[in-house]
Amino acid sequence: MHLDAKIPSGPLAEKWDKHKFDLKLVSPANKRKFNIIIVGTGLAGSSAAASLAELGYNIQSFCIQDSPRRAHSIAAQGGINAAKNYPNDGDSIHRLFYDTIKGGDFRSREANVYRLAQVSNQIIDHCVALGVPFAREYGGGLATRSFGGAQVSRTFYARGQTGQQLLLGAYSAMSRQIHLGKITMFPRREILDIILVDGKARGIIVRNLITGDIERYTAHAVILATGGYGNVFNLSTNAIASNATAIWKAYQKGALFANPCFTQIHPTCIPVHGTYQSKLTLMSESLRNDGRVWVPKKPGDKRAPEDIPEEQRSYYLEEKYPSFGNLVPRDVASRNAKEQCDAGRGVGDTGFSVYLDFHDAIKRMGEDAIRSKYGNLFQMYEKIVAENPYKTPMKIYPAVHYTMGGLWVDYNLMSNIPGLFVLGEANFSDHGANRLGASALMQGLADGYFVIPNTLGNYLAEQTLNPVETDHPSFQDSHSQALEKMHKLLAIKGKRTVDDFHKELGHVMWDNCGMQRNAKDLEKALELIPAIREEFWKNVTVPGNNDDFNQSLEKAYRVADFLELAELMVHDALARKESCGGHFREESQTDENEAKRDDKNYSHVAAWEYQGIESKPRLHKENLKFENVQLTQRSYK
Amino acid sequence: MSEKNISLTLRVWRQAGPHVKGQLITYHLDDVSTDMSFLEMIDVLNEKLTLRDEDPIAFDHDCREGICGMCGAVVDGQVHGPETATTLCQLHMRHFTDGDTIIVEPFRSRAFPIIKDLVVDRSGLDKIIQAGGYISASTGGSTDANAMPIPTQTAEEAMDAAACIGCGACVASCPNASAMLFAGAKVSQLALLPQGKAEREKRVWSIVHKMDELGFGNCSNERECEATCPKEISISHIARFNREFTRAAFVSREK
Repeated sequence: MHLDAKIPSGPLAEKWDKHKFDLKLVSPANKRKFNIIIVGTGLAGSSAAASLAELGYNIQSFCIQDSPRRAHSIAAQGGINAAKNYPNDGDSIHRLFYDTIKGGDFRSREANVYRLAQVSNQIIDHCVALGVPFAREYGGGLATRSFGGAQVSRTFYARGQTGQQLLLGAYSAMSRQIHLGKITMFPRREILDIILVDGKARGIIVRNLITGDIERYTAHAVILATGGYGNVFNLSTNAIASNATAIWKAYQKGALFANPCFTQIHPTCIPVHGTYQSKLTLMSESLRNDGRVWVPKKPGDKRAPEDIPEEQRSYYLEEKYPSFGNLVPRDVASRNAKEQCDAGRGVGDTGFSVYLDFHDAIKRMGEDAIRSKYGNLFQMYEKIVAENPYKTPMKIYPAVHYTMGGLWVDYNLMSNIPGLFVLGEANFSDHGANRLGASALMQGLADGYFVIPNTLGNYLAEQTLNPVETDHPSFQDSHSQALEKMHKLLAIKGKRTVDDFHKELGHVMWDNCGMQRNAKDLEKALELIPAIREEFWKNVTVPGNNDDFNQSLEKAYRVADFLELAELMVHDALARKESCGGHFREESQTDENEAKRDDKNYSHVAAWEYQGIESKPRLHKENLKFENVQLTQRSYK
Repeated sequence: MSEKNISLTLRVWRQAGPHVKGQLITYHLDDVSTDMSFLEMIDVLNEKLTLRDEDPIAFDHDCREGICGMCGAVVDGQVHGPETATTLCQLHMRHFTDGDTIIVEPFRSRAFPIIKDLVVDRSGLDKIIQAGGYISASTGGSTDANAMPIPTQTAEEAMDAAACIGCGACVASCPNASAMLFAGAKVSQLALLPQGKAEREKRVWSIVHKMDELGFGNCSNERECEATCPKEISISHIARFNREFTRAAFVSREK
């Protein structure tokens, strides 16, 4: 299979403009003849729905929650990057592009990342126009702060609730189009399959989560904006219902899955406690602007933090990386935390945490200043941990947060299945092997507000799309397969719950395909995962019926897919023998234990093709060409 | 964290569907860690029910970090439970004592019909926003974000209102089932910001009409909403909402 990324020719800075001119247009009168399905209402899905509806397309939008406003983008805390250069500190589109490529450890496409940096400024403009209450300076201009992997201050924020405010902005734009009748909203629907007719994406089937009915919808194109698959690990910062079913079904229908092993482990999360724990809570990276990370120098030092004198503390990030200090990229910060804890210097009951200390910042700026910047985060921490972070340093540890991998898409954000577009975290395109902080919000909104409105029309203009009815055999087949799978799950009546299997899978993935990976552990995971899957299909118990409101069945359906996807992640991790970004292969590290890339052999996107559940997937490579940046060993010293 | 285990008696509202009769069912639960969240405690109970082949308790939840607004129930008569400024997912069992009996019910409001057990239909809140809780700015035509300076104080006040998570606690706690705090927060946010001024009369007018149409009650200054709001949104936003409404009555041509 030849993977054509359809990257426009010409100089980097002119590619997007040139491409926009070359794309075919659909006239305003014809746009209303097209029906578009959008699955997911996070930043990418809701911004796409609003923008496409504004253009005149008829949108059918689907989400699993009771309202589109609840998608998990809502939980993003710290901010959104843009190359505005308002602080006059030397930022530019090219610098944002460069930082993002470098932060991703040179495993993303130059053209995509450059476009992302280009539209970043328009995103801020549009969000302000929609009434997003970004933080402001006293003169009334927008305030910014710094994030990991950057030496400029380019992150715009709304307290510690930036994702919420941006999502509510896009949700409000969507609400306007719902009011105008251009978007039909279908909440509490879970996608079960993508329908292909003549090889093109022409519809979906969904489960109505209230009635249990399987419903069929047709369209001229299908857009998936269903988020990431971090919940493969069971414990992650994702929402409980975040799942991979949409992209997994697309993969099984022939869409390629790119870089599945690229997982971001976020360094600052509230540490795990107890076996009953249902999720991990992130403490925004923005806290590293003012908080200092440290551990006691002496392993096993159990004294309270305030009893450990300054000279007996190791501020290991500041010591090791003087130029970036506490603001090194996420993968670097996470690995260093693990290294300290593995060496016995971890703190807290479990020994698996490090301190994030605000003492110096409070001394410098006062408690009120810290409260106005991070008040809601401190409050959240106190609620969960029952300790006051203004007085006692926070305890933090890395946790699964984001998946850079996703469905393979070309420059137009279309997968290799014609008419199937993939936006936001669900695609693989912009973050390489590690995403920088405050770039997820940027990418989601770039894809939805500014990319897809241009590229979708070109696809529609080029096609002859015959009408498709919901009684087409493709619909019938998918419908009966989904129903059969549900009946099977309900009929097993085994001895173990879905959650129990999910936890077991999560442990296997965290231990063998987590922050550090090696061939031996990965091989082991390849034996363990199919065994768990086999037992799941023999011994799971799912109460209730399929024609009813049944949250256990929803969960079982999602976990069944995670049990398959996990294996693909391990295959990818095993095949990529280099370290890069968040993918750290112990066999490939520098003398200073940093990730060591192998550009000669692995400067490619690994795109996997489905070959059946029990067969090894087939690897296709899209070689990455770097014409504008020099590949270097990342250094944040 | 000083973790310990407690035993609890739970009386949970069970109702199989919107049109069948519900009742409180009693469950005993031992070994509840005080570090658990309230929802994790229900997870543990649901695991036990599942293994006994009983129907687990249906409840809405998603982010479990107090921001998505999906979760919510009435705990011992209080919406989102006894802690202030807390969603149900952020309520931890350390606030309960060994031997407690806890009554768990769904949000009770005519505007929020029950779907199953603790799950209710809050789509009325979306319809309020659809009626006018937005600025009609289409993608692509915006001026530079810094072209319009907004004083810090104004931006902060707008943000106070915008912090609403749309959980519906205000409606559920109000004796009139009024959505004035929810709607007021949105109207207030957009009325404060210069970008929202162009549509301010039309917005407040359509939202008030929509609330009436959907069966939400009016505000009679009970202040229950403010007391239960997990994001501590002040009823001063209701006051601004009322002022906006009165103002619109005088200046608006569209009614």
